[in-house]
Amino acid sequence: MEHDFAITLDVGTSLANHTGTWRTFRPDYVHRLPPCNAACPAGEDIQGWLSFAEAGEYEAAWRALTKNNPLPAVMGRVCYHPCETACNRSQIDAAVGVNAVERFLGDMAIAKGWAFAPPTQKSGKKVLVVGAGPAGLSAAYHLAMLGHEVTLREAGPAPGGMMRFGIPKYRLPRDVLDAEVARIADLGVRIEYNSKVSDLQATIKEGGFDAAFLAVGAHIAKRAYIPAGEATKILDAVQVLASMEGAEKPLLGRRVVVYGGGNTALDVARTAKRLGAEEAIIVYRRTREKMPAHDFELEEALEEGVMMKWLSTIKHVDAGAITVEKMKLDEAGFPQPTGEFETLEADSVVLALGQDVDLSLLDGVPGLEFSDGLVKVGPDMMTGAKGIFAGGDMAPSERTVTVAVGHGKKAARHIDAFLRGETYAPPPKHELASFENLNPWYYGEAPQTLRPTLEIARRSSTFEEVVKGLDESNALYEARRCLSCGNCFECDNCYGVCPDNAVIKLGAGKGFKFNYDFCKGCGVCEAECPCGAIAMAPEEI
Amino acid sequence: MDDSTLTQQQKLKYYQKGTFTVGNRLVADEERSVQASAERSNALTSGHRACQGCGEALGARYAIDAAMRATGNDLIAVNATGCLEVFTTPYPETSWQLPWLHSLFGNAAAVATGVAAAMRVKGKKTRVVAQGGDGGTTDIGFQCLSGMFERNDDVLYICYDNEGYMNTGVQRSSATPPAARTATTPALGPEPGNVFGTGKFVPKIAVAHGIPYVATATVADLRDLEAKVIKAMGITGARYIQINVPCPLGWGAPSYDTIKLARLAVECGLYPIFEAEHGRITQSRKIRRQVPVRDYLILQKRYAHLFRNGVDDPRVQRLQAICDAHIEEYGLLGDDAEA
Ligand SMILES: Cc1cc2nc3c(=O)[nH]c(=O)nc-3n(C[C@H](O)[C@H](O)[C@H](O)COP(=O)(O)OP(=O)(O)OC[C@H]3O[C@@H](n4cnc5c(N)ncnc54)[C@H](O)[C@@H]3O)c2cc1C
Ligand SMILES: Cc1ncc(C[n+]2csc(CCOP(=O)(O)OP(=O)(O)O)c2C)c(N)n1
Ligand code: SF4
Ligand SMILES: [Mg+2]
Repeated sequence: MEHDFAITLDVGTSLANHTGTWRTFRPDYVHRLPPCNAACPAGEDIQGWLSFAEAGEYEAAWRALTKNNPLPAVMGRVCYHPCETACNRSQIDAAVGVNAVERFLGDMAIAKGWAFAPPTQKSGKKVLVVGAGPAGLSAAYHLAMLGHEVTLREAGPAPGGMMRFGIPKYRLPRDVLDAEVARIADLGVRIEYNSKVSDLQATIKEGGFDAAFLAVGAHIAKRAYIPAGEATKILDAVQVLASMEGAEKPLLGRRVVVYGGGNTALDVARTAKRLGAEEAIIVYRRTREKMPAHDFELEEALEEGVMMKWLSTIKHVDAGAITVEKMKLDEAGFPQPTGEFETLEADSVVLALGQDVDLSLLDGVPGLEFSDGLVKVGPDMMTGAKGIFAGGDMAPSERTVTVAVGHGKKAARHIDAFLRGETYAPPPKHELASFENLNPWYYGEAPQTLRPTLEIARRSSTFEEVVKGLDESNALYEARRCLSCGNCFECDNCYGVCPDNAVIKLGAGKGFKFNYDFCKGCGVCEAECPCGAIAMAPEEI
Repeated sequence: MDDSTLTQQQKLKYYQKGTFTVGNRLVADEERSVQASAERSNALTSGHRACQGCGEALGARYAIDAAMRATGNDLIAVNATGCLEVFTTPYPETSWQLPWLHSLFGNAAAVATGVAAAMRVKGKKTRVVAQGGDGGTTDIGFQCLSGMFERNDDVLYICYDNEGYMNTGVQRSSATPPAARTATTPALGPEPGNVFGTGKFVPKIAVAHGIPYVATATVADLRDLEAKVIKAMGITGARYIQINVPCPLGWGAPSYDTIKLARLAVECGLYPIFEAEHGRITQSRKIRRQVPVRDYLILQKRYAHLFRNGVDDPRVQRLQAICDAHIEEYGLLGDDAEA
């Protein structure tokens, strides 16, 4: 067609004009790592499962969650939720109540009887797991899901480890624990109770195991030398808490002194209260700020009438009374004696000074390395002995249920690769989704939902659960508070705000793509993406 | 659940994430914006020659898509001369996906009146939108506009206010704010930039005409903008909507800040967002997260002379006083920020 002067195109729409050639910066859809996920010791994809929960797809949420952690109902009660500490939403109003939603999903799964789908293919390999605490249970679950034949040997009469013989019922009801363990056993994991492993090498040989994961925990109470008169009653915290599981409840008397500053000390003092003690006093040599126990645990204990004696050490124990010495912190923050003494009435003293690991089952295993009474493991959770892996409280790490579950999962993946003669390489991690990557304007005001708690009166006389769960509407609300950091939640903003219509909407669940024929690279989409799921990069020119 | 959480939850319009976004995967289609729809008409389609991040291109698509939805696509647009005309329709191509007419810089309102009369005579239900820049509206086109208002002609007139004559190289218009640098109000001399105490705010003049509907809006609040356009299309007679559309080129701002600037213009109080019917203001959009005007000004090179050598020019405070007066006059602070 012939054109008039200065006209180069045929009559038609501007679609012939590919303005994408103007671009010097190019937008791309990206995934960034949400801070909750980055902080989760069990490696949960929290943002991922919350995105199902907020759509009301609770079973899908539970299935996504249990890909990484088989114990959500337990976790939703006892986890110290570092995810919430890291949550970006805390910079807007308050963190998303991840832990509460996790518990809601875990409880719903139990109520509805959801089961794990067993693997269709078996590997033919046999793995021994020693100890049915969270680390052992997690490893057994993941190994079974990977098709391996798992035998779980447990010294005690019931599963759970410190989740049963440490953590009191008022924080973790046992029917919850039993339900989640039963679901793992249903996968075909053989759990043998009252079946302590005392010679690991012999056990492996006899059973014909191809690999082993050790998770025996730390159960030997640490002692401190305290001069004591006759007829004094000095007990161990773990022993006291463990005996709560038996028929005979421990006899602690009317006035109970607990020595230590960790969560175990708080659990013993709260248990003593429930057993009828008039006074439960925790003696701790440092200050509240330095206490290893979590603030919310201390608050709950104080609410129940537990008393605190800060900056004090026990010097002497006599029948009916103890002598404490006042301490003061030096410049480095260490407690130093003052020479001032005080007497407290006490019918019993419970020591909660931490636990050591019983390593006797490892006698004669070549290649192992130890440090501070713990078994050293590599980044793959393997000990110095080939094919023998370890995790949980017996390995050097933070001692929590969540860390133990994470160790179990990690070890299972490495064991799986080891059994195939390969090494497991974890997928590369995305860049962190920081608060600066978000556009907080787009999130509505929505304060956190608080979980209801049991009234104080019932907390000093019963072992009923203290913290209650959320109902469905609360859980949904809480899930919807998630900002979806670093991952598209299909809000249509990019599709809407592009002045050049250069974003193509692919339909529900499919997200969007850029039409680079027309994208001029203005960057409005990236600036207005609420969740930081778009990144601009210089175009190669 | 106690009552206080219930009311909090009921207050959330589109759930906690998505109240202010274009769409939301969790709500029904009819609760999403027109722009969220894969079937939106894209009245102003790709390939147009507006600058990167042009607020006017965005505002025009937002408004005309909503008007097309409201009229079942039975719509004709009349355009004044200006960027919107030039970047969409360099002969022989056009970006418009609806019947569209261009005549002159100053006569869009009059041409639209004529088109509306023609449709009436032909017995058609076709509706008419006239659109132009602030120069074409508040300056040269003002006489035609006032006539259209006064006769209550059945036209929705949309002014895309980018606060200057952008198409011809950023000259001052009567909508250019005080202190802003333009090609004709340079940042030179004792009073650099546009002077204080001049200019006009046409939305208020439109209200004074007593026409059925007047509103202001911005590209930063899509749902509000769409609601106003759709409401306007449900009314017969003369209607006027003025949309704040940041211009990266003329304002000296990065292309990615277009929506942010419109948002800040509202949140500081400089650009009041309201609706009026038959001569009375009926509603104003409350400030959600108030900011000092400084936060808005400092992002734009047209105000750079206010922040030279690390000290704020006293005129920043004069601009703040304007914001404060708007807040007072239009009642921009209050509780129903989410409403
Ligand atoms: C009182 C108390 C409260 C706590 N509260 C919390 C809390 O609220 N949240 C939290 O995250 N963490 C809490 N912890 C820490 C947490 O319970 C532990 O970190 C976690 O249970 C460690 O898991 P594990 O699997 O390594 O070991 P364990 O849970 O100790 O389990 C080890 C298991 O191995 C078995 N076993 C030992 N030796 C052998 C053997 N030779 N053969 C066979 N079986 C053997 C044991 O009987 C036991 O069942 C608490 C700990 C205590 C003591
Ligand atoms: C009568 C007349 N005078 C001057 C011009 C030149 N002209 C074209 S567009 C324009 C400025 C348009 O400014 P505005 O209406 O604010 O629209 P913008 O380009 O800023 O969107 C001018 C002065 C013209 N086309 N006609
Ligand atoms: S000069 Fe301003 S109004 Fe004109 S196309 Fe560029 S950004 Fe848009
Ligand atoms: Mg203009």
